Amino acid sequence: MTKDEMPAIEAERYEFDEASRYRFELERRDFIRLFGAGLLVVVAAPEIAAQQQGESGRRGGREEASNELAAWLHIGEDGRVTACTGKVEIGQNARTSLTQTVADELRVPVASVAFVMGDTDRTPYDRGTFGSRTTPTMAPQMARAAATAREMLIDRAAQTWSVDRASLTAKDGRIAAPGGRTIGYGELTKGQTLTGMVAADAAVEKAGAWQARGKPQKKVDGRAFVTGAHEYPADIKRPGLVYGRIVRPEAYGATLVSVDDARAKAIAGVQVVRDGDFLGVVAPTERDAKRAASLVRATWKVPAGQPSSDTIYDYLKKNEESGGRGSDPQRVGDVERARRDAAKTFEASYRIPYIAHVPLEPRAAVAEWQDGKLTVWTGTQRPFGVKAELVEAFHLPEDRVRVIMPDMGAGFGGKHTGECAIEAARLAKAAGKPVKIVYTRAEEFSWAYLRPAGVIDVRSALDAGGRIVAWEFHNWNSGGSGIDTPYDVPNQLIQFHPTKTPLRQGSYRGLAATANHYVREMQMDLMARAIGADAVEFRLKHLTNDRVRNILQAVAKKAGWPKPSAAGRALGIACGTEKGGYVATAAELSKTADGFRVERVVVGFECGAIVNPDGLNNQVEGAVVQGLGGALFEHIEFADGRILNGTMEQYRVPRFKDMPKIEVVLLDRKDLPSAGAGETPLVCVAPAIGSAARAFGKVAEELPVRFA
Amino acid sequence: MRRMARFHLRINGHEHELDAEPGDSLLSAIRDDFGYTGSKFGCGEGHCGACTVLVDGQAVRSCVARVGAMAGKSITTIEALAEGDRLHPVQQAFLDAEAFQCGYCTSGMIMATVSLLRTNPNPTEADIARVMDRNVCRCGTFPRIVEAIRLAANRMRTSTATGVGR
Repeated sequence: MTKDEMPAIEAERYEFDEASRYRFELERRDFIRLFGAGLLVVVAAPEIAAQQQGESGRRGGREEASNELAAWLHIGEDGRVTACTGKVEIGQNARTSLTQTVADELRVPVASVAFVMGDTDRTPYDRGTFGSRTTPTMAPQMARAAATAREMLIDRAAQTWSVDRASLTAKDGRIAAPGGRTIGYGELTKGQTLTGMVAADAAVEKAGAWQARGKPQKKVDGRAFVTGAHEYPADIKRPGLVYGRIVRPEAYGATLVSVDDARAKAIAGVQVVRDGDFLGVVAPTERDAKRAASLVRATWKVPAGQPSSDTIYDYLKKNEESGGRGSDPQRVGDVERARRDAAKTFEASYRIPYIAHVPLEPRAAVAEWQDGKLTVWTGTQRPFGVKAELVEAFHLPEDRVRVIMPDMGAGFGGKHTGECAIEAARLAKAAGKPVKIVYTRAEEFSWAYLRPAGVIDVRSALDAGGRIVAWEFHNWNSGGSGIDTPYDVPNQLIQFHPTKTPLRQGSYRGLAATANHYVREMQMDLMARAIGADAVEFRLKHLTNDRVRNILQAVAKKAGWPKPSAAGRALGIACGTEKGGYVATAAELSKTADGFRVERVVVGFECGAIVNPDGLNNQVEGAVVQGLGGALFEHIEFADGRILNGTMEQYRVPRFKDMPKIEVVLLDRKDLPSAGAGETPLVCVAPAIGSAARAFGKVAEELPVRFA
Repeated sequence: MRRMARFHLRINGHEHELDAEPGDSLLSAIRDDFGYTGSKFGCGEGHCGACTVLVDGQAVRSCVARVGAMAGKSITTIEALAEGDRLHPVQQAFLDAEAFQCGYCTSGMIMATVSLLRTNPNPTEADIARVMDRNVCRCGTFPRIVEAIRLAANRMRTSTATGVGR
């Protein structure tokens, strides 16, 4: 994909995406050590590409690769294909879609490709798996690597047979010549240590010619999940493994005053580790670690006057921080004047609570020190970021730390950080044995991080003809992604206001776009209602972007807009675009004694050429379900530096009984590059529900959606 | 103060011994002592179902089940469901419907389904929602899980008729 074809994607402001301080690429001898003989294709960062061009560039030329991400691809003497990426698999199905990509370009069966993901010793550096970036950025790199390998194999066969390469074709892991002569990829690379660099113009297939891509592909390791064989980070066992637990502060910001660990130490084999405010225990069994931690008597000093879930919204507005990333106002025209001259004006102020990711697998890490080298198996979306944190925390050289990320039990943007890895490593250092830590659910709620709370103020105006003439939108703290309006409005003022935050906050699936879409679409709905306009027509009147228009119209049609499918129900709709994907959602509600119930959701999504239709369908449904949580009941309650509803029982997440009928509409645009799909299908769930709820009563200006 | 004792646990047909306190969680014994890591820790409160195992054929949240209450009982984990390479029909249905994303809830969902279908071979959607409501799929694959449960139910009823069901 060239830069021009890249969808304009705005970086989230709350991604923990600091680059590693150093980037050392593997040398060729290390490749051989890692992979053995065969053929290795490297997609490197541009500066490395330029440097190594002379040594290995089969195609020669000095063209600067426009590649931003590194990837490795190896074909062994046995024909097995190993692809390496620093991206990780967290349930979003990247392992399978990337496998399809490599198999397709290399012309091999899907089953002969294995992916090594997120292992800092065995995969190239990667900033992390977030922002729906794997499909738009890593998949093209892998495609180029595989296409390059395929062409090298054809070259090699042409040499071996002394025939014109143009007469050869690659299929099913073999190169074939006219007349039926074939040779396997493994045979072609036998005894070789071939390396190739990828040219920026490597010829990859257009989506129209895809074979393994563009059709449903089952998860490549699905069987391991139904048999329980798959090892998650929390399942890792090491010889001599012992169990750790952290003694947590009483509240955020608390400092450790004193410790009485006599009763804990009375348990055989228990060790108590204190280092500054860090306090933890190690025990031979998980049960003893839990017991010991509960027996440690620690006194903490808790800072007074911390805000609560009731006062947070005032706090955010009063604690603006200037100069934050992306906080400059975006001005078009003159909103003040447009509002003064308008026929109708509207304003609202919405409150967005902190919510928790609640990945079903809590944070987990197993840390092992051996000969001065630290290895940590942990669940994270940023293995290289966690490595950098460990390097810094333990003052280690980069090559003495390895982070391995076994495919984990979900993340949703909530596992970017390395606290659990650091804690396990600290305890392992003290114990002289490998230590495992698995966060309790309460720890995951309180000591991970949350989706930011926010306040969003919106002011808009219509002229006498029902056209939007002014749009002013201010977001305090919940984030700037998806803050732009896709609607044509001549006068705009849009601004993100960074603020202080009393609770630890960070990335989340569809992070800020969910809040920004909620408020924007609720305001669109409000204006349409005020002038008696049809909510779909009103939007279309202000939309020139064909991709938004198309998905909105597709969903309206499927939903039967404007009529609900059953009497007494209400239908609401919303649309938008985020991270290169285009989404519309319709929600159908029935009235209940204490509010409403979501009976049916129609969701439409368009993300360019679809790689794995069934995998995409699964992602889209899952995003809707996750969106239901934030739309209907999820919110963190807190006071005095403590989370008050940090258990699975108190913090309600969507369950079977909450499920509406979900209908998915996918538009496949084979003429457009593939965008990511992990996040965007979530962002219109809440406004679709909110607008439908308005048919039953006045809706409060907040999330979750409820009547005022 | 400590009430350590020796417990005998029958897991997947094997006898296991464990020194623990009676109130200690069954899940910890299953996972950490005996290595059946297919049962997962999700919440420790019995509210997510990731740890679901069968005790005498019935679904139990092993994170809140006490080792002291397991005397004379037979515990089955996901590891013992397949017969060699042949998956249990519920496992096969989850695989065929691809009723998972990250897969962390899957073993608990499968064990809860096996228990459900044992007492109710033809559950309605409402039955499923009621019985499975303490099993959470945070990735949101509930519609697919319902589909998998129906698929398994249909296949098991059909195969029971031909004598190969379990």
